[in-house]
Amino acid sequence: MSPFAVVSWFAGHEIRLAWRELLGMLTAGTRWRKPSVALIMAALLTFLHLPAWVVVGRFADIQAPLDTPTLIVVTASVFLAWALMLSQAMESVTRVFYARADLDLIMSSPVPLATIFSVRIAALALSVTLMALLFATPFVDVLVIGGGIRWFAAYGVVVAIGLSASAAAIALTVALFRLFGPARTRLVAQIVSAVTGAGFVIALQIAAILSYGTLSRFAVLTSDAAARFAPEPDSLLWLPARAMLGDGAALLPLLAGSLMLLGATMALFSPRFGDYVASVSPKTVRHSHRARPFRPVSRPGALRRKELLLLWRDPWLVSQTLMQLLYLLPPAVMMWRSFGSDNGALIVLAPVMVMAAGQLAGGLAWLTISGEDAADLVATAPLRASSITRAKIEVVLLIIVAVFAPLILVLSLVWPELAVITASAAIVAAGSATAIQLWFRVQGRRSQFRRRQTSSRIATFAEAFSSIGWAATAALALVLPVAALVAALLTAGLMAGTWRISPARG
Amino acid sequence: MSQRPLPTVLEVRGLTKVFDRPAVDALDLTVCAGEFYALLGPNGAGKTTTLRMVAGLLRPDAGSVRVLGIDALADPVAAKQVMAWVSDEPMIYDKLTPLEYLEFVAGLWGCDAAVAEPAARELLASLGLGAHLQQRCEGFSKGMRQKVALAGALVHEPRLIILDEPLTGLDAVSARHVKGLLQARVQAGCTVIMTTHILEVAERMADRIGVIASGRLVAEGTLAELRQQNGQGDTSLEDMFVALVESEPVAA
Repeated sequence: MSPFAVVSWFAGHEIRLAWRELLGMLTAGTRWRKPSVALIMAALLTFLHLPAWVVVGRFADIQAPLDTPTLIVVTASVFLAWALMLSQAMESVTRVFYARADLDLIMSSPVPLATIFSVRIAALALSVTLMALLFATPFVDVLVIGGGIRWFAAYGVVVAIGLSASAAAIALTVALFRLFGPARTRLVAQIVSAVTGAGFVIALQIAAILSYGTLSRFAVLTSDAAARFAPEPDSLLWLPARAMLGDGAALLPLLAGSLMLLGATMALFSPRFGDYVASVSPKTVRHSHRARPFRPVSRPGALRRKELLLLWRDPWLVSQTLMQLLYLLPPAVMMWRSFGSDNGALIVLAPVMVMAAGQLAGGLAWLTISGEDAADLVATAPLRASSITRAKIEVVLLIIVAVFAPLILVLSLVWPELAVITASAAIVAAGSATAIQLWFRVQGRRSQFRRRQTSSRIATFAEAFSSIGWAATAALALVLPVAALVAALLTAGLMAGTWRISPARG
Repeated sequence: MSQRPLPTVLEVRGLTKVFDRPAVDALDLTVCAGEFYALLGPNGAGKTTTLRMVAGLLRPDAGSVRVLGIDALADPVAAKQVMAWVSDEPMIYDKLTPLEYLEFVAGLWGCDAAVAEPAARELLASLGLGAHLQQRCEGFSKGMRQKVALAGALVHEPRLIILDEPLTGLDAVSARHVKGLLQARVQAGCTVIMTTHILEVAERMADRIGVIASGRLVAEGTLAELRQQNGQGDTSLEDMFVALVESEPVAA
């Protein structure tokens, strides 16, 4: 087979795999006809134009040359998109390193590894870029409809940032690999990925709170201080912003630069990618722990201790908890800043904390209840099924309390009523998310965590909407009690409806 | 003077489980204390389904299961206290070390920590895992994982050990370790029920052999009794097994 034939054959294989993975994600693994999937996707994309119009509709008319504050806002938005794509791409690269479903087969085949991994890197960049294009479509469409065809150039910017983010993700992950070794890179990469995705917005919010007493990140971006530090209008920094507005002279170097960056990454890392992947073989990754004496414990206590130990050693959970804590950082700074002064702005803390509690509890509940790797062992243990479930739920609630109690405690010193409402709603949101996971439990392995959201679409949506509902209840409780009551009743109704259609009821 | 009969450890009567067809069909089985009982049968014969119902992992559609006189369907917790189950696919926790896994199992069965710890260390050492006590199981081979699972099943001193293909994936040395360990348990009065496709293991280790086909027990007894039943004094177990299962009608 000629080198070109090898590349095209393997590229076809990668595209087929990526397509089936995407289809599996969209259809939750159930058998759907492709036209039905396309129809649902088209309907969803059409619907997404509505929120996109709310978010970017008012920017459609802006014209070049832009003033400095607008340049800063557009550039910061592009950078935020780039950071999110970097985060997504890092997650994909980590999966290539650690999820070895077909790597043994590929690496034992008589095909040059550099060729194989060049194609795989290109496929990774392509999938990250396509996903970004999919999400960007409603926003760009709204801009095109409102401001003319010049906005089509925004698609080019999305492609450029997708390719460059993929290249940066590969370089960054390989650097982490060399720095921390195969055993620790997975955890470090997941933390870096989480921090990269959320860090930029959170940093802007903290700066806005400290400078202007508001959570709005635009406060910093449109400030005089930011304008003073901004470079001249002809600076290369504004290239993405100018390209967005349809400046071909800015878009072309941006696209060319991204392609060159990806090409350089492929040339630099493909020949050694196989070595990195091979070094992640389970036999080379050894974690040792100091032996300590067995400790007396009750039967449910043994389960709780095992769950806590496994959660503590779970890289996904560590990075997700860190992300939840990162999202709580701006409210925490706001609380610290408001201490002893006007507390009105603190009301925003309630929904943030309640949402975070619900989402974190949902993930934890899946890991403890459904993600039981030794299901037979636990099922044959001399414990009642209800005791096993109770012990697992206790672990979820214990972690939620440990994460949120310090913040609630500080809040109670500033605004006791709000603290009580937030604590109650957070517990109810965590309980609701846990209950949904219990009703829709499908025994799986912890390593399948990424797929948990595709195993039941109903459970995923119910979990998200219950968290939103309880967050809304908490936010409205002090300012508009009647509206809070309505929100609570609606959310309780949602929970009741979810229970009625859950497999647990059948 | 007649010999006193051994006490019954497992008594299964009319056990039935139907999926799309009867997987286990009104099965009767009795295993006595200190017996090594091998359950043989072709793929899909109902061996694993039978043992999963005995272990409390699957609810039967009909029938009864008594373990050491305890009604396992009415009081599953008490029955599980004296049993251990090891499946052919070792399910252990990747992020725990073998010692931590055994500590967890000992805790679940309510064992005294001071007694369980030396027992756990001894078990793991006897299975050749002494050098890996503090390493997470995630890097272990299938054979090593199977040994950790087996050690977990033995650490709480069960009186009835149920094993589904426990030698799958083990090398010859490891298999010999496991067989030695199981035989030592039987000599100490423990009862072992094991499914296997390795007929030589059943031939050499089992006190009694049961052959199951289409969810029913088609033959049972010592090797000598089975030969007698089949009327061929010097037939190998393999030949008898093939003859028995081939004479059974194939399930629809």
